[in-house]
Amino acid sequence: MTSNYDVIVIGGGVVGCLTARALSRYQLRILLLEREADVCSGTSKANTAIIHAGYDARPGSLKAALNVAGNRMYSQVCGELGVLFERNGTYVVALEDEDRHTLEELRERGRRNGVPGLSIISAEQMRKAEPLLSEQTRGALFAETGGIVDPFMMTIAAAENAVENGVELGLDTEVTGLELRQGRVVGVKTQRGVFAGNYVVNSAGLYSDWIMAMAGLGGFCIKPRKGEYYVLDREKSQVRQVLFPCPTPVSKGIVVTPTSHGNTLVGPNAVNTDLRDDVVVTRQGLEEVFEGAQRLVPSLDKRDVIAVFAGLRAAGSTGDFLIEAPREVPGLVSLAGIESPGFTAAPAIAERVVDLLRESGLALTPKRSFNPERHAAPRFAELSHRQQQELIERDPRYGRVVCRCEMVTEGEIVAAIHAPVPARTYDGLKRRTRLGAGRCQGGFDTPRVINILARELGVQRTGVSKRGKGSELLSRGTKDVEMAGTDEQRE
Amino acid sequence: METLCCDVAVIGGGPGGLAAAIAARERGAARVLVIERAEELGGILQQCIHNGFGLEALGEDLPGPAYAQRFMDRASAVGVEGLLDTMVLEVTPGRHILASNSRQGVVEVEAGAVVFSMGCRERTRGALAIPGTRPAGVFTAGTAQRLVNIEGFMPGRRFVVLGSGDIGMIMARRLTLEGAHVERVLEIMPYLSGLKRNLVQCLLDFDIPLQLKRTVSEIKGTNRVEAVVSSAVDEAMQPIPGTEETIPCDTLLLSVGLIPENELSRRLGIALDPVTGGPVVDEGMGTSLSGFFAAGNVVHVYDLVDWVTLAGEVAGRSAADYALGRRRPVQARLRTVAGENVRYVVPQWFDPNSLEEGPQQLQLRVRSPVEEKVKVVVSADGEEVVRKTERYVRPGEMITVRLTQDLAGRLRSAHELRVSVVKQ
Repeated sequence: MTSNYDVIVIGGGVVGCLTARALSRYQLRILLLEREADVCSGTSKANTAIIHAGYDARPGSLKAALNVAGNRMYSQVCGELGVLFERNGTYVVALEDEDRHTLEELRERGRRNGVPGLSIISAEQMRKAEPLLSEQTRGALFAETGGIVDPFMMTIAAAENAVENGVELGLDTEVTGLELRQGRVVGVKTQRGVFAGNYVVNSAGLYSDWIMAMAGLGGFCIKPRKGEYYVLDREKSQVRQVLFPCPTPVSKGIVVTPTSHGNTLVGPNAVNTDLRDDVVVTRQGLEEVFEGAQRLVPSLDKRDVIAVFAGLRAAGSTGDFLIEAPREVPGLVSLAGIESPGFTAAPAIAERVVDLLRESGLALTPKRSFNPERHAAPRFAELSHRQQQELIERDPRYGRVVCRCEMVTEGEIVAAIHAPVPARTYDGLKRRTRLGAGRCQGGFDTPRVINILARELGVQRTGVSKRGKGSELLSRGTKDVEMAGTDEQRE
Repeated sequence: METLCCDVAVIGGGPGGLAAAIAARERGAARVLVIERAEELGGILQQCIHNGFGLEALGEDLPGPAYAQRFMDRASAVGVEGLLDTMVLEVTPGRHILASNSRQGVVEVEAGAVVFSMGCRERTRGALAIPGTRPAGVFTAGTAQRLVNIEGFMPGRRFVVLGSGDIGMIMARRLTLEGAHVERVLEIMPYLSGLKRNLVQCLLDFDIPLQLKRTVSEIKGTNRVEAVVSSAVDEAMQPIPGTEETIPCDTLLLSVGLIPENELSRRLGIALDPVTGGPVVDEGMGTSLSGFFAAGNVVHVYDLVDWVTLAGEVAGRSAADYALGRRRPVQARLRTVAGENVRYVVPQWFDPNSLEEGPQQLQLRVRSPVEEKVKVVVSADGEEVVRKTERYVRPGEMITVRLTQDLAGRLRSAHELRVSVVKQ
C-alpha cells in the first residue's frame, strides 16, 4: 500500500467513467477500478442506448432532475469525446384511443420536469415520420430533445479521456472490501491488494449495495431487473424513429429504435431476477419482446435478427437514484439504483459527484493541462474514398478490411488495441470498432482478429479471449498434446 | 487513385469466380480481373482439406485445395489477373468498382461486365436467436474449419454440433481426428440437411451420434460454454417441454444453413429471390441489372463444388459476351416455377432461344425427402416436356434437369416452365 489516491472510483460503467473524467479536470490522483477485463462490461453495455428527454420520471425525483440536466449536456460531451450521438427526437406512440390521455399526462409531467420541446402530434404526422408504424396509431408525444447514442463508445471514450487526463485504470480488479479507519473510508481492498484513497466513489452498478454494505450502510438494496433485446440487420429492417409504446407502471415498454449505427434494436421486457449476473436470454422473454415490438411495427421480421442479448437494470429499492455522501461514512460517495434514465443522467451525475466531494472537503484545484477532447482514431467506413486513400498511404494497415460486414480495417483494430484504454479481448474490439457486430457475427473476422490480438498483445493465440480470463477462444494448437490429466479431468 | 480497366471483373476468387474468369478469358475477353479479399485465390476450398471434390467436373476425387489449384493454374495459364488481399467497398450500376488493399490503397476498376461470385456466409447463433448466455465457445462450422485447417488451432475439446449441414458433419470428423470429442450432431428437421455420403463417412464411421428432430434450446456457461440443452421439437419446430437433455461440452458448432452473400447486389437494387437468397438469374446467369452476372453460391447454395464450377463457366461466358457486345438479346423469357415438392428452381428466367446454342440446365432442390423412385416433371404451360426418374430425392442434394435443343420450338410459345417432383 504505497500509493495514496485522492479519489478511487469503483466501477467502469458509464457513470464511473464519466465521474473519473469529470474529476480529472482537477489536480487529483484518481484510480478507476473495474472488475472485468474492460470498462463497459455491465449495464452500460446492454441497454436501449436512448437519451431520454425526461418526461418519464416523477417530478421532484433525482431521476427527473438529473435526466433533464444530463440530456442537456449530451451534445457537448459527445462532441468532446467523439461519440456518435443523434438528437433525432423520440416518440411515445398511442395505439388506443385511451392512450391519448397518457400522452397528455406525459406531456404535463415533462412540463413539470422542465423538458423543452414536447408536442403531441397526429396519427398522420406520426406515420409520415415513421411509415413502418402500425396503422393502429392514434397519435404520439414527440420529444425533440430525445436521441440515440453509441453506449459502448460513450463509456469507453469517457474512460479514455479520463486516462488521457491522468486517471489510472485498474482492470480485472474486483473490490472485496473497504478500508475504514475510525468510520472513515481510507481505501479499498481488492484481489490485487489494497489501494489507499482519501475518497471512494461507489459506482458499482448492480453491486453498489454490496459496496454500501462493506461500509456498514444497510437498508438499500439493488433489485436487478432483466431486459431482453433483439438486434436486426440494418440492410433489412430500417426503422427511422425512436418509438416507445405508452408506458406501464414498471417499464417504458418495449421500444423499437434505430441504433446510432443504423441497426434496429427491439426491447426490452422487464423481468425481476435475484441474480446479478442473470443475463440469460429466454425463449419466453424473446417472444414477449417480439410480440410487443410488432404491436408498434407489424412488419418486423424474425428472419432479419442478427443477435439477441439481455441486460440488467440496477434498480434500487427506493425507486429513485440514490446519490449521497453519507454522514455515517465520511469519504464515501455512493451512486446506487442508477437504472433508466441512468445513461442519460450520467454526465449530470458525474457533476453531482464533483459537488458532493467538494462539499465533503476534497480540495479541487483545476488542472491547466486538462483536455476535454479525446483523441479518436479514424473510422475507415465513415471516410470519403479520398480520405481513405490518404489514410492507407500513411498506414497501409487501414487498407486491409478485416470485418467485411461493418468494414473494419486492421488499422482500426491495431489502434484500438493500443488506445489509452486498450482493447485486450475480442468483445473489447467489437465494442470499439464494431467488428463482428454485423450480420455474419464474426464468422469471417474471428480467426483474423485472434491473430492480430495475439501479435499486438504479444501473447499466444490460445491466450486470446472473448471477454477476459476463462473465455479463451482456442484450446490448443492442433498438433499440441495436452497433458494426459486434462482429458481425464474432462470426463 | 489508381484506375484499372478490364473487360470482365470477377468479385470473389473461389471456385465460381475462378471458373467464370477462365471461361470469360477463353471466350475472348482480353482482360479479366479477379478481385479477392483473401491473400490467395481458391476461396473456401482452401480450408476444405477433405476429399470428395471433382468427381463430377473432373472425374477425379480431390481435396479442396487440390481442386482449387487446378483452376488457379488454369487461370494463370490463360492470363486471368488477380487483385488479392483486396476488399470491394462499392460497386456502381455503371460498373465502377472501388476496392481497397494495403499496397495500392483505394483502387478503381472500370469493367465491361461484372461477375458476382462472393459465395455465401453461415447462419449464426444470433440469427437463430438461441436462448441462454453468450459465452465464448460458439462457432460456426466454417469458422472452426478455418481455425483448425488453416490456423492450426482447436476451438475446443468437447463439442456439440447443431445442424447436419455438410460442413458440420465434416468438422465433426475433423475434430475427432484431431483428438477432440464430439458428443453428437443435432438436427431440427426430421431428415439430414447435408449429403448422405457425409453422414456415412463423417458420422457413422466415427460413431458420432446424429439425433433428428432435436435442437439446442439453451446455451449455458458464463465465460466459456459449459453445456447446451438439447430439446425435441414439435411439428412447428418449437422445443417440447420435458424433453430437455443437458449435454456438458465446451463448444457448440453451428452448421445451420448458408446464406448467399448479396450485400453488393442488394445495394445495387438487383432483384433477389426470397427463397434462394440470391439474385434472380436467367439461363446465362445474368441478373436483373444489365452487365451484372452471378456465379456459384452467390446465386443459390450448391451441394457440390463441381456444379459451382459449371455455373461459373456459364456466367463467365455470358459476361465476356456482354463486354464484347456479343450477348444474344433476350427475345423471349419463360418464368420457371417451383411446383409440387420443389423448393426453388434456378434459373428463374429462361430464354428458349438459348437452346439453339446447346442444351441448358435447370437446377432445383426439393422441399422434403422421398426415399423411393420419383418423377421429375417439367411442364410448359401445363404440358409435360421433360420427365426424368430419380431413385430418391433429398433436400440436401440438388437435382439437375437437362433441357435439350429439340425443345426450343415448343418452349418458344410458352410462358411458364413448371418443375414438379412426384412419386411414381
